[in-house]
Amino acid sequence: MQRIGVFVCWCGSNIAATVDVAAVAEALKNEPGVVFATDYQYMCSASGQEIIKDAIKEHNLTGVVICSCSPRMHEVTFRRTVEAAGLNPYMLEIANIREQCSWIHKDKAEGTEKAIILGRTAIAKVHLNAPLTAQESPVVKRALVIGGGIAGIQTALDIADAGFEVDIVEKNPTIGGKMAQLDKTFPTLDCAACILTPKMVDAGANEKIGLYTYCEVDKVEGFVGNFKVTIRQKPRYVDATKCTGCGECTTKCPSKKNPNEFNMGLDNRPAIYIPFAQAVPKLATIDPDDCIYMKTGKCGLCSKVCTAGAINYEQKEEFITKEYGAIVVATGYNQIKPTEFEEYGYNNYPDVVTSLEFERLMNAAGPTKGHLLRPSDGKPPKKIVFVQCVGSRGQSCRDKSYCSKICCMYTAKHAMLVKDHYPDVEVTVFYIDVRTPGKNFDEFYRRAVEEFGVHYVKGMVGKVSEEDGVLKVQASDLLANEQIHMDADMVVLAAAIEPNESARSLATMLTASMDTNDFFTEAHAKLRPVESPTAGVFLSGTCQGPKDIPETVSQASAAAAKVIGLLAKDHLLCNPCVSHSNELLCNGCSTCANVCPYGAIDYVTKEINDHGVRETRRVAVVNEAVCQGCGACTVTCPSGAMDLKGFANRQIMAEVDAICR
Amino acid sequence: MREIRELLVKKINELLENGTVNRVIGWKAGDFCYDVTPAVYTKEDNLCDFLFDGFCGANQSKYLINETKEEGKVLVLLKPCDSYSFNQLIKEHRIDKEKVYALGIPCSGMLDINKMKEQGITGILNITEDGDKVKAETLYGTKECDRKDVLLERCLCCKGSKHVAYDELLVPEAEEKELGGADRFSKVAELEAMTPQERFDFWRTELSKCIRCNACRNVCPACSCRTCVFDNAASGVAAKVNADTFEENMFHIIRAWHVAGRCTDCGECSRVCPQNIPLQLLNRKFIKDMNELYGEFQAGEDSETKGPLTAFTKEDAEPGIIYTRGGDR
Repeated sequence: MQRIGVFVCWCGSNIAATVDVAAVAEALKNEPGVVFATDYQYMCSASGQEIIKDAIKEHNLTGVVICSCSPRMHEVTFRRTVEAAGLNPYMLEIANIREQCSWIHKDKAEGTEKAIILGRTAIAKVHLNAPLTAQESPVVKRALVIGGGIAGIQTALDIADAGFEVDIVEKNPTIGGKMAQLDKTFPTLDCAACILTPKMVDAGANEKIGLYTYCEVDKVEGFVGNFKVTIRQKPRYVDATKCTGCGECTTKCPSKKNPNEFNMGLDNRPAIYIPFAQAVPKLATIDPDDCIYMKTGKCGLCSKVCTAGAINYEQKEEFITKEYGAIVVATGYNQIKPTEFEEYGYNNYPDVVTSLEFERLMNAAGPTKGHLLRPSDGKPPKKIVFVQCVGSRGQSCRDKSYCSKICCMYTAKHAMLVKDHYPDVEVTVFYIDVRTPGKNFDEFYRRAVEEFGVHYVKGMVGKVSEEDGVLKVQASDLLANEQIHMDADMVVLAAAIEPNESARSLATMLTASMDTNDFFTEAHAKLRPVESPTAGVFLSGTCQGPKDIPETVSQASAAAAKVIGLLAKDHLLCNPCVSHSNELLCNGCSTCANVCPYGAIDYVTKEINDHGVRETRRVAVVNEAVCQGCGACTVTCPSGAMDLKGFANRQIMAEVDAICR
Repeated sequence: MREIRELLVKKINELLENGTVNRVIGWKAGDFCYDVTPAVYTKEDNLCDFLFDGFCGANQSKYLINETKEEGKVLVLLKPCDSYSFNQLIKEHRIDKEKVYALGIPCSGMLDINKMKEQGITGILNITEDGDKVKAETLYGTKECDRKDVLLERCLCCKGSKHVAYDELLVPEAEEKELGGADRFSKVAELEAMTPQERFDFWRTELSKCIRCNACRNVCPACSCRTCVFDNAASGVAAKVNADTFEENMFHIIRAWHVAGRCTDCGECSRVCPQNIPLQLLNRKFIKDMNELYGEFQAGEDSETKGPLTAFTKEDAEPGIIYTRGGDR
């Protein structure tokens, strides 16, 4: 029989306000095996932990139950506490009477009753606990960063700076991401390319950083410290070892009418292209859907002009498998195409553009060489209307429920830049709220209004139509409470941003969780914002939620710090709650091996002595250093031969029985 | 049927004579001509009471689990649908294939004694099958019925005349599927259309008949565990009787979960149930759901492919699917 001590935490008033903690301790004293029960204001405090340690020694406790917050919060704390008092840390169970009880109940009697049930459930389990010892596994000292935008680049640079190898996988032909497409950046108005491209060059030149551009992650196996990742190198049809990036091929290519992704389709690029002048790596890439030779077998002009002999139409995709200790997700965002918002006329009028398209129209390397000309007729616009919150903060199914966060600031930037370059242009911004929390952000917005005379109107645009080549904007002014009808030469939509479309399948590969908007979920919203709940997977940039560049870079460096902390270790303590196979029950059917995501289960044929009956047969053997204790095998095993240490079927059943008692 | 039996006896004797196998799993009559049971014959037994007629529905694959542990090769007679169970057991490493010689035998549908009794044909002494008719000598004189009216449920939804595994075929396989055509999910769809209360009542009525004889479990080729959870005292769910309605329900539901993705829909559970509980329906509900969620899958079609519940693809349904598919929404 175990000698169990029960410790009920008030958590200040967090628990004590809705749970009668003294009554819980008193009731649990009567449970079998409980020799001591008490309550205290903050069990996690130093004095609280002393109470636990003293009780373990005084009452010779063999098991400890702590009724407190979620084990995700303080299980580690309390394991250390009981260990310090000489108990095996796995002789501890936590009954979560805060998140699962006090926080969700209002009625104290009800909360108290439930807390008692949760307490006795943990007691029932601890009766069946056995001491467990953690093993160690080595750490592969290399990190993988998925996504080569500013977030991925910054994370990789910081990891490399600490002396660790790091690879960036980028699905586009160059790193740089969305920031490379931006013109100026708020709130200081420095040119995006000027501050980004040195970092791109650094990443390309750093010998600790491996660039896998035009690549995608195909498969992820393994676990924290020991991931095995298969990277798919898409064929460029250009030999990366030979191409010098001279660009001769791109000028000679006869297939020139292909939408240029980098300029948001506002101009064209050849079938063989280098995305932009500062691309890293500076390599040509052939788009097989646009290439005349690839489609008809005739042409081959690029191959003829390439003095380096780099063109290879026969190139096939390749798979590269490498091992990593940590993975950083930096997959970024896309701006939605506001095609569903027909009231703004984006589908019908070329002069209605998204803000990212507008960035390209303002950019010196853009389709208009930095001269603001409207797409329909190439004339300079005289009146521009900006519309905020297109697809953000809405309730209908076409809307995102969240605030895209960056639009207020970049719209102020756009307005200011227009006024700065073309003081005669009339600029009107329609907004719901202007949100400018951030260092020097509100000052920036006020400058747009006060110094540059940008006309801000609180209200939304209801309709954009066209008459005689002029856009007619119908909107409401909520402050003046009147309808506005105005003409515009251009309308710029601050369309919502959403996670990159590749994020969901990647999350599945990584078993990393996502929220309903497909943003990656952090391990703790406040205290672990750059870690995914999946061990060894970290989050950098807008894949986790809308962010501007300063925030993205901060988070990228924070993620790098976490990765460095992991890679600095030679060994990681394994989870001792691993699976094991009861050879007497094992059918040898391989079902567990089929479902094991870590490849931790092997099969051996050996002689089994079943109570004197000897038989040679096939049985499952678990590699405890590889097993991560997910439990998939235990639920798939039809005979119940697979069981998890610390979460044995008997323990779970005992808990269920205790709840139903 | 008689010609097939003659061919079969000749082939079995040949394989026993030339030493390909040292024994054969066949069928023999029980107390009555219709309660046919599987039996093992060696060369010395001379196939004395070996039987092959319309009552030989029993799927023999499961017997191979123990038989392949014995010395020498054993001959198994597989009807086309039996070969699916055979494959599934190979996939699960439950049968040593090296120790089996599988003879694919043709099948034109097997008879359901319960359906014959429902037709008023009782006291059967022996039967002869003649084309579309079944003639029965009974204590009360000769009686006759249409074959199609007395076929086993599984034969109405026949998987076809092709064997998915064999070492040798007794006769060439028919090109066209002779039987089947019935929608095996029609009854499941009917149940799905019920309200939760109606459906619960339906299953309570059926499962309350269960006498926990374990016949369904013991005959099921997917229920092949060395020690069944219901026999394992340490499992926490072991029981020899249905002590309450909860156990009546859970025994069958747990069994359906355990064979999900591995059940070939052979229908032996329904065939052997002495209480005529339509157990196969539970398995078919699982099969139907898996087909809809993960794509069409037939367990035992080959001996390698992972089942839908043990394979993972990025296209798999997310757990949230239950919100949109739940019965009462």
